[in-house]
Amino acid sequence: MSETYYDPKDLKNFKKITDWSEPLGTRFFEYYSKVFEEGALSAREKSLIALAVSHVVKCPYCIDAYTKDGLQRGITEEEMMEAVHAGAAIESGATLVHAVQMMNKHKKLSH
Amino acid sequence: MAKSSLQRSKHLLADPKQQLQVLSSGPFSSGALPTFSDRLKGLNVELKTDKLEILQVNLGYMCNQTCAHCHVDAGPDRKEIMSSDTIDQVIDAIGRFRPNTLDLTGGAPEMNPEFQRLIRAAVSLSVKDIIVRSNLTILESNNDYKNYPQFFKENGVHVVSSLPHYSMRTTDRQRGEGVFSKSITALKRLNELGYGREKHLKLDLVYNPSGAFLPGSEKELEADFKRKLKADFDIDFNELFCITNLPISRFLEYLMATENYEEYMETLVEAFNPSTLYGLMCRNTLSVGYDGSLYDCDFNQMLQIPILGDKRYLADLESSAYSNRKINVHQHCYGCTAGSGSSCQGSIS
Ligand code: SF4
Ligand code: SF4
Repeated sequence: MSETYYDPKDLKNFKKITDWSEPLGTRFFEYYSKVFEEGALSAREKSLIALAVSHVVKCPYCIDAYTKDGLQRGITEEEMMEAVHAGAAIESGATLVHAVQMMNKHKKLSH
Repeated sequence: MAKSSLQRSKHLLADPKQQLQVLSSGPFSSGALPTFSDRLKGLNVELKTDKLEILQVNLGYMCNQTCAHCHVDAGPDRKEIMSSDTIDQVIDAIGRFRPNTLDLTGGAPEMNPEFQRLIRAAVSLSVKDIIVRSNLTILESNNDYKNYPQFFKENGVHVVSSLPHYSMRTTDRQRGEGVFSKSITALKRLNELGYGREKHLKLDLVYNPSGAFLPGSEKELEADFKRKLKADFDIDFNELFCITNLPISRFLEYLMATENYEEYMETLVEAFNPSTLYGLMCRNTLSVGYDGSLYDCDFNQMLQIPILGDKRYLADLESSAYSNRKINVHQHCYGCTAGSGSSCQGSIS
């Protein structure tokens, strides 16, 4: 038993999810690799998007994987950090925009 | 950047035997990872030399820089340098072997006082491609070296230069404070002379990862380097060679000190690509040490793994003895066979 919920070594076993559901797992991995191919967006741009989303969904496996991917692609530290800020800005914006709901409710209930 | 060479700081890993000891133990002695020879045996492959095309000569381990990942453990404190007599043997061997390429490396090869004589001799022996692996900053270090780009041009020398990244921060962290700006100045001067712009004046750059990861796609990195260096500094170059860091010398020390060694070796072993075996540089290269000793490649030279056979010095080797010689491999060879492969000319496949 690992002592923490997350074990970095588990990332290597990700593919094993197909053991319990072959068709769904296989389709997921096919879809995943297709998504990250060079397309209308470059593979480099997609790697930065993935890095930002990894932070927003707070997945330690994805953060490790896309930091390494970024290094291999020669993506700079500044670019990586700006991508994370873009994700963080959307995340905090999404929280703050709910303040309008709070203000509306407040207005309705008080005078 | 490293503060000093491993040798100067009397580090255990300054000794090649200790490095080989590390590369033979851990996951390789426990059987968790296969040794490189076992991997070849499993494929029924025996690595042998083909035809000699490249004579790679290490003119000495002295260097004006002390880069963090240097596989030579070079630095200003290293005194090993090729003597005039050994240079004569190299010139003699060029006549005997008639290689297409003479590849001069170091340390900083320019620091050998016989450097220009050797190049002139190679020109008169009509060697097609004379490569100088220049760290660029040496060309900016004093007035004598500042004339070297002109000398390169007059002799049609092919310049291959290290630049780990187009960002100052990454380059300076690996190679030392101020290295990026000096390298940019040197590249601009080479461009002004026509290097990287005129067809016969080739200027290639070498990229190696600044840490414990493999290089990405050579094609994509080359496109990024070209775009950024042109936009930021109006610099042109021909090709970008991506070289994987091999787990030896100062890079091995870095892997151990940062506890990245096992994971890096696992990455290399997992990325083993059999199709690279046919393009390995040791199949058409002969590496000559500063003292005239012979190796399958510059990495084996640093690990002091000699060529197999009884002729271990350049002066003794007949040209006919080159081909069909078994290559002396060890675990560091996984660095040449990972992913798209790695050689002094960049990716293999
Ligand atoms: S310039 Fe080259 S030889 Fe000199 S220390 Fe750096 S990597 Fe080593
Ligand atoms: S390190 Fe690379 S070039 Fe040298 S012998 Fe091994 S495979 Fe060949």
